[in-house]
Amino acid sequence: MAIGEATSDSQAEGTGVEPAASGAGEGAGEAAHRQAVRRKWLLLAPALAILVFAASGPLLIVLVYSFLSPGPYGGVEWAFSTEGWFRVFFTRDIFDDTVGPADAHLSIFWRSVQLSVLTTLLAFLFGFPTAYFIATRERNREVWLFLITIPFWTNLLIRTFAIMEVIRNEGIINTALIALGLIEQPIQILFTDFSILLGMTYVYLPLMVLPLYASMDKIDFRLVEAAYDLYATRWQALRRVIFPLVKPGVIAGSILVFIPSLGAYVTPRVLGGGKNLMVGNLIELQFGQGRNWPLGAALSITLLVIVMVALILYVRNASRSGAEHG
Amino acid sequence: MATAAVEAQRVSKVFGEGPDQVVALDAVDVQIRQNEFFTLLGPSGCGKTTLLRLIAGFDHPTGGSILLNGEEMSGLPPFKRPVNTVFQNYALFPHMTVAGNIAFGLEMLGKGKAEVAETVDRMLKLVRMEALKDRQTSQISGGQQQRVALARALAPHPQVLLLDEPLSALDLKLRKEMQIELKRLQHETGITFIFVTHDQEEALTMSDRIAVMNHGKILQIGSPREVYDHPAERFVANFIGETNLIEADVLAIADGSARLRLGSGVETEADLPDGMEGRNRVTVAVRPEHASLADTDPTLSGQLETVVYFGTDTHYHVRLDGGDLFTVRTQNTRDGGEAHAPGSPIGIRIAEKSVQVLRD
Ligand SMILES: Nc1ncnc2c1ncn2[C@@H]1O[C@H](COP(=O)(O)OP(=O)(O)OP(=O)(O)O)[C@@H](O)[C@H]1O
Ligand SMILES: [Mg+2]
Repeated sequence: MAIGEATSDSQAEGTGVEPAASGAGEGAGEAAHRQAVRRKWLLLAPALAILVFAASGPLLIVLVYSFLSPGPYGGVEWAFSTEGWFRVFFTRDIFDDTVGPADAHLSIFWRSVQLSVLTTLLAFLFGFPTAYFIATRERNREVWLFLITIPFWTNLLIRTFAIMEVIRNEGIINTALIALGLIEQPIQILFTDFSILLGMTYVYLPLMVLPLYASMDKIDFRLVEAAYDLYATRWQALRRVIFPLVKPGVIAGSILVFIPSLGAYVTPRVLGGGKNLMVGNLIELQFGQGRNWPLGAALSITLLVIVMVALILYVRNASRSGAEHG
Repeated sequence: MATAAVEAQRVSKVFGEGPDQVVALDAVDVQIRQNEFFTLLGPSGCGKTTLLRLIAGFDHPTGGSILLNGEEMSGLPPFKRPVNTVFQNYALFPHMTVAGNIAFGLEMLGKGKAEVAETVDRMLKLVRMEALKDRQTSQISGGQQQRVALARALAPHPQVLLLDEPLSALDLKLRKEMQIELKRLQHETGITFIFVTHDQEEALTMSDRIAVMNHGKILQIGSPREVYDHPAERFVANFIGETNLIEADVLAIADGSARLRLGSGVETEADLPDGMEGRNRVTVAVRPEHASLADTDPTLSGQLETVVYFGTDTHYHVRLDGGDLFTVRTQNTRDGGEAHAPGSPIGIRIAEKSVQVLRD
């Protein structure tokens, strides 16, 4: 778990540094300039320190480990090997040594991406009306925002077990449905992809709602009236006025939900019942029972690359379609 | 008579409930004619914006009904009304260019690309903004924004254009220019304008008719001349232009006209508004420019308190014998006329037919 999420954290912080670095002060005297530079570095130092020690360092270790050989009881032996990376993409048959694609890994990656995209979409579908509702309240917005953050007060594991309690075969939903006579056999919800999706959407929903709210809060809702006045229907006003204006919030929210979803560990572990793995579980497996640290390390790096590529594609796409609207 | 462009029938609007309820409009009746430049004039909070919002359909009346071209509008959303608004704060779309803003309404009406482009160009020319067509709306000045807001509202050629204090944010010079421009636009397009302002001078110079509002009620509707020369009520007389209010005795009434005795016993003739018969004491209004200083047989007499020089004219503030303050305005001439020293006793003469009896 730690590794899967550390990679995504370093991602988020890495992007935060650039704007500060580009604000160089040119101008007056040489001395003043030097002082400005010194101050800039001083201000940057804490962030840099955290990045180097807490993110880049471990990341480097992971990268190095991915090119070593597995130790017999976990850990690594200091011998260069590309076996870890090879095993990410290919399998070797134990009996005849024939090489084939690592279908299991690929499908787990693919499933993870699919589930994360779906989670992001669901979080958006539920989060958008929620944020809109809060942003259009005249009073008590703080109260609603406060309510949104309540789930964060409880440990993730406990919340996840709570969901389990609701959806398991003997849980609240099934018991109620049976008691009402609507079904005879409990519906299998727990340990399906659906239950993972449900859990992740629930867990990450606030991460969508808050940035959406932040950008909706800035909208002057008189603009929506102006759109109605100019013959826009409700749907057109939403699409042509509200949506373009909350786009920064949509981008931020999607990133905040997508990245941790992709590296999620607890939710798929508990609600997927160990059958329905996601990348996070696969990686943990290699560091635990699998005793193949190099493979685990290589999988972690692969996840990191996927996240980065997805991010770049997404942000580029989003800003391009933003430009179309002028 | 043709159907009214907009008609309000006993329209009321109440905000809130219980103890903090606000009556923003109180049984307002008004008929606005086709192609009219109609102005709603009144102090802040008197319900001008509320009335516009009801006409546009952003809010719904709590009582009465609103008709556009004789058709009842209740329940019709704003996007189904042939009405456009120039908002008090402009409300331009910040994510679109100047041209994009102007095109919006036309696009929503499903006009073809060529027609949209053609109309946008025509509108840009009309408000003289061709050069800035591709600018973001955040990168143009307040006066330019106001013109874009105007072009955007005019582009779909509504039957009625609502303008909510569109000039209030502009400096005096630009404001005068825009007043002329607005008049020209109204003339050229033949659209009915409903214009909101709390600036009485603006209302007088631009309107065909003015409705003076206060506390959610329309107090008087009439041409600028009518409301200025014949204010029906104390509030109207005070709100439009400067005015002197004095008490008068009613001596006799004949055919809606009354014989009045002012201050020092001088008698004069004045029209009596409906419902004022049977009163023996009334309040009358006299405009400062309808009075002059007089040494011989004055209508009123008192003591000169202050003299204020305004360039084109001079204001004399006179403390009447009864204790009220009375202002006289005289046009300045090159030779300056005779000087009056503050503190000296002075007479005031009121011109014939310039006394207006007020309803109260
Ligand atoms: N949404 C609302 N809720 C409660 N009261 C309101 C609301 N909108 C307006 N009011 C009240 O109704 C009255 C009329 O408001 P309105 O906005 O129509 O005034 P206005 O004549 O346009 O004033 P201004 O010249 O300042 O724009 C005011 O007392 C105002 O406080
Ligand atoms: Mg207003």
